[in-house]
Amino acid sequence: MLRYIAKRILMMIPVILGISLIVFSIIELSPGDPVSLMLGDGASAQAVAELREQMGLNDNFFVRYARYIGHAVTGDFGISYRNKVQVVNEIASRFPTTLTLTFWGVAISVLIGIPVGVISAIRQYTFIDAASLFSALILTSMPAFWLGLLLILLFSLKLGLLPATGVATMQHFLMPSVTLAAASMATIIRMTRSTMLEVIRQDYIRTAKAKGASAFRIVYKHALRNALLPVVTVIGLNFGTQLGGAIVIESVFAMPGIGTLMVAAVRTKDTPIVMAAVLFVALLASITNLIVDVLYAYIDPRLKSQFVKK
Amino acid sequence: MTEKLLEIKDLSVIYKTDEETVYAVNDLNLTLNKGETLGLVGETGAGKTTTALSIMRLLPDRTGRITRGCITLGDLDITRASEADMRLIRGNGISMVFQDPMTSLNPILTVGEQIAEVLQLHRLDMSPEQKEKRVDEILEMVGLPADRKHEYPHQFSGGMKQRVVIAIALACEPQLILADEPTTALDVTIQAQILKLMKELKQRLNTAMLFITHDLGVVAQICDRVAIMYAGEIIEIGTTDNIFEGKKHHPYTVGLFGSIPDMTKATRRLNPIEGLMPDPTAPLGGCKFHPRCPQCMEICKTAKPLNIIDGTHAIGCHLFAGGAGHDARINLESTGGAE
Repeated sequence: MLRYIAKRILMMIPVILGISLIVFSIIELSPGDPVSLMLGDGASAQAVAELREQMGLNDNFFVRYARYIGHAVTGDFGISYRNKVQVVNEIASRFPTTLTLTFWGVAISVLIGIPVGVISAIRQYTFIDAASLFSALILTSMPAFWLGLLLILLFSLKLGLLPATGVATMQHFLMPSVTLAAASMATIIRMTRSTMLEVIRQDYIRTAKAKGASAFRIVYKHALRNALLPVVTVIGLNFGTQLGGAIVIESVFAMPGIGTLMVAAVRTKDTPIVMAAVLFVALLASITNLIVDVLYAYIDPRLKSQFVKK
Repeated sequence: MTEKLLEIKDLSVIYKTDEETVYAVNDLNLTLNKGETLGLVGETGAGKTTTALSIMRLLPDRTGRITRGCITLGDLDITRASEADMRLIRGNGISMVFQDPMTSLNPILTVGEQIAEVLQLHRLDMSPEQKEKRVDEILEMVGLPADRKHEYPHQFSGGMKQRVVIAIALACEPQLILADEPTTALDVTIQAQILKLMKELKQRLNTAMLFITHDLGVVAQICDRVAIMYAGEIIEIGTTDNIFEGKKHHPYTVGLFGSIPDMTKATRRLNPIEGLMPDPTAPLGGCKFHPRCPQCMEICKTAKPLNIIDGTHAIGCHLFAGGAGHDARINLESTGGAE
């Protein structure tokens, strides 16, 4: 198992490199010149040319890419073009916000989504089932930014219960996390429901009933773990979408996270910040995928034996 | 041997869906004595499994329903017992061995955990160590090495899995085992091993068994008594001798034996019973077998036959009413299927 994990971590290197190359090329190909943006409209042509030379922007694309990677592996992600701060520090200061937001987003969607899906399945065709499916439909159909605005309207403006913007306390994270959780919660509810329905019709569930196990025991001990595998896959896949969603949600709730940083940096062609932010998000997504794959092995012993053989 | 353990009286079970109602079991009567093995034989759809599931009260929630009759185990009326009482009975007083060992074990729990679960549910007085010991003991009893209890079902072969299923059924030493075609999914050599095992264990623990099968050969090996089931009814019941050696039989039984290919004769074609079982959604008047019966009489189409009882042997057929002998027409010997 450890060997498998080590192998997977090594495999993340080419993935990250590939992503960095793609992002670097996109920034290169997109119109606009960072230097003129930095110096403003009134700058002389000579000043612009001097700064370009100084920043090494006149070098060949591949030379610049190689130089960037060379520095990046030593932990030096350069200096922001715009406000002259170390990119590493900038990312580090915003990292906790995004991580807290996505963590709670995932936690809420899992903690509500799975139980609701399970109840929905074991009470199939009842009012509870219909109600949970209907809410799931509503939740998936609502765009995150819109839901966020609605929540702000209700809880901040009308009721004055929760702060609309900022990250000072845990209360600040409540609405953004719920907004982030909404769409993926809906997917988890539906996925859990359908796999549970499949599992509770299996022969081994009948065997468990024939042993005299209670309905509750059958669900948590026999059915749930068997039903969880596809659900975990969905959670892992959703995580990527949720990171993307975090960018929107950080903007709606004016939170200083990686997302807002990235949006601002793209506008000003602040290449070092964009690169570092994207790489950071990519790394987070890769690590999540690895965690999901390792979880598989713990959920299903049949998969574990496959890992061991490798 | 003659102490009554299980009694089923006038049991009727239906499966009701939005589109149709299936009359799966119709007025079934059956008794099973302590330590006895009763074979329940019939073709697919005869209601054998439904009968067993009714005894366990495990009919599908939404569709299956017992409409009439009662089932008693000792003093307990199963048809009226609470769900909590039934949970205490299942796995403890009555346990079930299912048809397909490949799917009846939970893939994510070790076989040891699955056997221990029955003990956890019903043997509350046992310490964890005692339970572990009992798991080892029961695995050895069904012929599996105890140290394999930490393995998962996918690491076992089909026959071994069925041994595990049997181990689960036997863990609490129930009074009654319902074996629902326990050997059908296994190949013949494994089938023989499992039958031998079940026979031995049954004798050792003096457990009664309802053995559901469509294989008459298996019945001859393991059963004390045999009930032949057709379209939700028992049409003939008797000791294994009565059924295999007796002279009088229900025409359906004759057909069943007749359809077993003879090893000593060079037959080119099999000899099936013509026709199909009646549509279970539209109950038939009179004898359920009359459309397929080679000896059908006028009365068979209108009146339900009574059980004609002769000692340990009962046949539900108009042919034998009024003591008319039909031995000449139904000669079991000529079908040669008694091996």
